[in-house]
Amino acid sequence: MRPDLAIIQEWIKPGSRVLDLGCGDGRLLQYLQDNKDVRGIGLEIDPTNIESCLRNGVNVIEQNLDSGLSNFRSDSFDTVLLAQTLQALSKPDVLIDEMLRIGKNGIVTFPNFGNWKSRCYLWTKGRMPLSKFMPHQWYNTPNIHFCTVNDFDALCAARNIQILARTVVDSQHKGSWYMRAWPNFLGEIAIYHLTKNKGA
Amino acid sequence: MPQTIPTDSVGLVKPQVHHFDEPLLLRSGAVLSSYDLVVETYGELNAARNNAVLICHALSGDHHAAGYHSLDDKKAGWWDSCIGPGKAIDTNLFYVVCLNNLGGCAGSTGPISINPETGKIYGPDFPIVTVRDWVNSQKRLMDRLGIEEWAAVVGGSLGGMQVLRWSISYPQCMRNAVVIAAAPKLSAQNIAFNEVARHSITRDPNFHKGHYLEHGTYPKQGLMLARMVGHITYLSDSAMSAKFGKSISDFESEGTNFGRDLRTGKLSFGFNADFEVESYLHYQGERFSENFDANTYLLMTKALDYFDPSVDYDGDLAKAFENSDCRFLIMSFSTDWRFPPERSREIVTKLLKAKRDVSYLEIAADQGHDAFLMPIPRYVNALSAYLQKVYEGLA
Repeated sequence: MRPDLAIIQEWIKPGSRVLDLGCGDGRLLQYLQDNKDVRGIGLEIDPTNIESCLRNGVNVIEQNLDSGLSNFRSDSFDTVLLAQTLQALSKPDVLIDEMLRIGKNGIVTFPNFGNWKSRCYLWTKGRMPLSKFMPHQWYNTPNIHFCTVNDFDALCAARNIQILARTVVDSQHKGSWYMRAWPNFLGEIAIYHLTKNKGA
Repeated sequence: MPQTIPTDSVGLVKPQVHHFDEPLLLRSGAVLSSYDLVVETYGELNAARNNAVLICHALSGDHHAAGYHSLDDKKAGWWDSCIGPGKAIDTNLFYVVCLNNLGGCAGSTGPISINPETGKIYGPDFPIVTVRDWVNSQKRLMDRLGIEEWAAVVGGSLGGMQVLRWSISYPQCMRNAVVIAAAPKLSAQNIAFNEVARHSITRDPNFHKGHYLEHGTYPKQGLMLARMVGHITYLSDSAMSAKFGKSISDFESEGTNFGRDLRTGKLSFGFNADFEVESYLHYQGERFSENFDANTYLLMTKALDYFDPSVDYDGDLAKAFENSDCRFLIMSFSTDWRFPPERSREIVTKLLKAKRDVSYLEIAADQGHDAFLMPIPRYVNALSAYLQKVYEGLA
């Protein structure tokens, strides 16, 4: 399993209902179904991934996240996942609000643009950073809304979103004490566990 | 005629007639005291009796879904593209059951059958049957065949509506519901098209208030027109263009007859069929009118119009699905304007509201509503992948 998914799955309660936005080939949902008795549904737009989900026995709905999630009822899931997809959305803030409307809690992972490698790339080359996770040129990238850990913290504060847990990992998806100390500088992938503040 | 039976065909098949004596109370309040259902099966029922798949047919379909009745058959069964050894509905794995619905004209009791109470042909006196009545009769067939649980109930269009009804009436009797190119109920436009079809049949001078067989005739013109209108709604604009829209300059390069726009290469300046699409519709209507009973056509369109499983649940389809404890696969086609993708998404939304296990695919296809009968790779592969997993889950 992809290491960021290994971290995510620990936050998901056995027997819960999970909605996975951009579920890929359904591997995480399949793991959660088999090992945690989770009832899951994935959203995906890639036909090959959708067929893999069917082959893996994972419920999958062909739906573009940019078209919204109005077909999902409030509080109809325990956890809503958004793994490595936030930066490709046309309205990421709206989708996060929607996630926390539909789920009791949400899990978001994204590449941290505040990482020192990105900063060095921009500083030394004066060009938009490229990396293993961001291999596209600025003009053809599906990733249109990059943010940093600090940016995301600010969004959560502005939207009255409570951060239940936050962890950052490097490209090998390993964490360490120094990454926890300087997440925005050292973390390459940010992983957030969120919920809507009461009274929000 | 197939020169030889293809290896991925179920081969030569023989329909069987099952007679039922237990009266069937219909939704209208009428009762069918006894009836026959004509059935075809493909593949073998396993020892656990749990590998059966029910195929529900659409408006003009019947029990002959796959294979050939004789080596002289010009065409295989109506869903031969998906049913057979190694195909999406794999008869090496599944025991596939398909029947002609009540009110049909292919062997099950319907308007052309003898009414046991009068000794005469039912004709227009055959009672109106609904999707619910069909599903109740299919449940009796299931019991007769000794099947305790369908591995899947599968259908497209009106067939998909029967699958939805199964999932609401008998959820404990099925593991999976595959609903293709269907709708939760008909739109006003759908009903309007059906009414044009009915009107053209019932206003045909040869209709004789439905007693045409007693007069030794049938409403050929009405049936033709009904089918022509229906056929237009089954195809998309792009499918028609692809089939008939080639310009005259393509004339030389096109090998197929329907690749040509003009039939003779020049205009007639009269009211003859100048264009291929016209003669195609005439041909379709003609062929259909010779093989299909007008009263059955009327009944089938009424069954469509009356379909709305939410009526028993205060109009809330999500409530209807509350006990539908099977898994759902819903599929639609991008250019289908008879039951467009939005209608399938309505079903999906209600299933989500009811917290059901549902998958949904929107297949990009040019063929319109008819796409559900076509071997479109993404569609067939998805159905195959899903059913493969269904089979693995039977163990």
